[in-house]
Amino acid sequence: MIPVKETPAEPAVEADAAEADDLTPEQLAAQWEEEKPPAAGALANAASSLVVLGVGIAAVVLSVAMGLGTPASPQPGLWPFIISCVMVALGLFQLIAGRHNRDAEKFTRMSTAPLTGLVTLAAMVALMPLIGFELPALVLCVIWMRFLGGETWRATLVVSASVVIAFYGIFVLALGTSIPHLF
Amino acid sequence: MDFLNPVINGFVVVLEPTNLLYCLIGVVIGMLIGVLPGLGPAATIAILLPLTYNVEPVTAIIMLAGIFYGAQYGGTITSVLLRLPGEASSVVTVFDGYQMAKQGKAGTALGLAAIGSFIGGTAAIIGLTFLAPIVASFALDFGPPEYTALALLGILLVATISNGSKAKALIAAALGLLLATVGRDIFTGASRFTFGNLQLADGIDFVPIAMGLFGLGEILYNLEERHRAAKAPSKVTNVWPSRNDLKQASGAIGRGSVLGFFLGILPGGGATIASMASYAMEKKRAKQPERFGKGAPEGVAGPETANNAAATSSFIPLLTLGIPANATMALMFGALLIQGVTPGPQLVEQNPELFWGVVNSMYIGNILLLIMSLPLVGIFVKILRVRAAILAPVTALITLLGAYTINNSMFDVTLVVVFGIVGYLMKKFGFEPGPLVLAFVLGELLESSMRRSLLVFGGDPTGFFGRPISATLLVVFVLVAVLPVIRGAAAKRKASTPAVTAASEIKEKV
Repeated sequence: MIPVKETPAEPAVEADAAEADDLTPEQLAAQWEEEKPPAAGALANAASSLVVLGVGIAAVVLSVAMGLGTPASPQPGLWPFIISCVMVALGLFQLIAGRHNRDAEKFTRMSTAPLTGLVTLAAMVALMPLIGFELPALVLCVIWMRFLGGETWRATLVVSASVVIAFYGIFVLALGTSIPHLF
Repeated sequence: MDFLNPVINGFVVVLEPTNLLYCLIGVVIGMLIGVLPGLGPAATIAILLPLTYNVEPVTAIIMLAGIFYGAQYGGTITSVLLRLPGEASSVVTVFDGYQMAKQGKAGTALGLAAIGSFIGGTAAIIGLTFLAPIVASFALDFGPPEYTALALLGILLVATISNGSKAKALIAAALGLLLATVGRDIFTGASRFTFGNLQLADGIDFVPIAMGLFGLGEILYNLEERHRAAKAPSKVTNVWPSRNDLKQASGAIGRGSVLGFFLGILPGGGATIASMASYAMEKKRAKQPERFGKGAPEGVAGPETANNAAATSSFIPLLTLGIPANATMALMFGALLIQGVTPGPQLVEQNPELFWGVVNSMYIGNILLLIMSLPLVGIFVKILRVRAAILAPVTALITLLGAYTINNSMFDVTLVVVFGIVGYLMKKFGFEPGPLVLAFVLGELLESSMRRSLLVFGGDPTGFFGRPISATLLVVFVLVAVLPVIRGAAAKRKASTPAVTAASEIKEKV
């Protein structure tokens, strides 16, 4: 018997519910299917299969170089050799049989978000040993919230600052870890 | 009564204040991430692995287990209120749960789900209590050949049952096995795939791989997929279901408990499959199947019961055979290894406090979750207002700083970012990271037992078929490997059957 306080957004909910009315499970599944990011084509499959093949072949070569030996007295390379052969076989199979698969996703304009995220993460890893974690973490928070997440400047700055202060408190003051820090 | 002694001692372990606290922390975190769409239990457990370094093994696993089954409770809330499944295992709850919410019975749906989850979870713990020691004593005679066969079968099953392309899942598994060979060869001491890098000489740690692939990979992937902003949830009143509702759902809860328990034990099974199977079964059994999708209480109670039962019973293969049945269990396996505990048949005998402590903590955890999901559900509904844009950088920073604290080294942080990229790209190209992590965890066991067996057999691989258990397991292995190929060929022959069930489509979505 615990009523949850209702926000004044009632009309919006109503409208939304009306628009998405009474979907059967099948229709709902179809709707989800539509909302999925666009599928990538045969090129993506070829590219990923070739990467798999490349890794597999490189591993085969390196394993052979380590020496195979016999099943009774194996050299270090035998087990990696077996796996990498399986990998090459699977890569070839995928290259040919997976041409019409639609389980890969296209890179779209939205993909710039994870790319930006990655760049900030890499920058943070590079800068942390030099200037400590506080400033890179602050910049990362601001970029992720303001530019990737579309928060307002005010919310971004308040939350970012509190996050960094909280992490300083937890990791440096409370736990006393040796994380590189500036202050 | 001798059998019960360690069980009772297990309760003593759980009731230690530290363990109770960590149990509470675990289930609260589980509930939270269950409510928040985006991060799943596997990602959360991966990100929080560094937290477990400084605590006792039993405490660590109690917390991680709490996250896992807590997420099953939490996932229901968003499914019912917002038609957004918080967890993959709550997808089918959306169909009837949301309809019930629209009819003003959101409270009833949540209450039924919570009660069902509690019953399913508790039934599975009782099953676990009795079944696990039997399985473990059976497996005590397992030698290297049996372990080789078991590990191979486990990896194959997880790869075949996973969503999407099976070939891709197997490729991921092969990559995991390959990564496991990096470092010193345990038999000859030679360095493999280290490229002269000293930091790779001891091999790649499990934690950076898990944190990168599951944690950072998922965070990056979610940056791209803008989650629709959570709308204001509809009113939740009267979470206590009426006697009539309970009566209507009791059959579904009973069946869900049993079904979930058994599907959870199977390698590759687990909460998601259990909930879907339960929904399908309830619909098939119902006298008026057309009620399903329009707010049938059984459609909520059954799947929610089953996913909790499965989440609990999937601990059985891990704790008794040392073979993780799914990706989340692979993380538990890794966490135990970090603590210097090797899960396996000897665990019940040699480490009864750990075994029974973890098992019995689930009773406490389920009670805590029942309390949180019935009277306190309103608090968790409010959490939905936390926006993904704020959550993403916080989780990313926790991951990076946490990775640093493992060994106080930037190398681990770099590895996490590298595997984060790999994980993101894998998801983009349709490769599941689960089989990779599982294969990585089992890689060393698989290689060493295979080489030991071959030594015993004098290099003759047919020796594996000379022992009844390993022979049986390998026959199953071949069947599992070949069956889809045959079925695929048969399906091609009569390609005109458009029998695409809703469940299989949903599976692809998740």
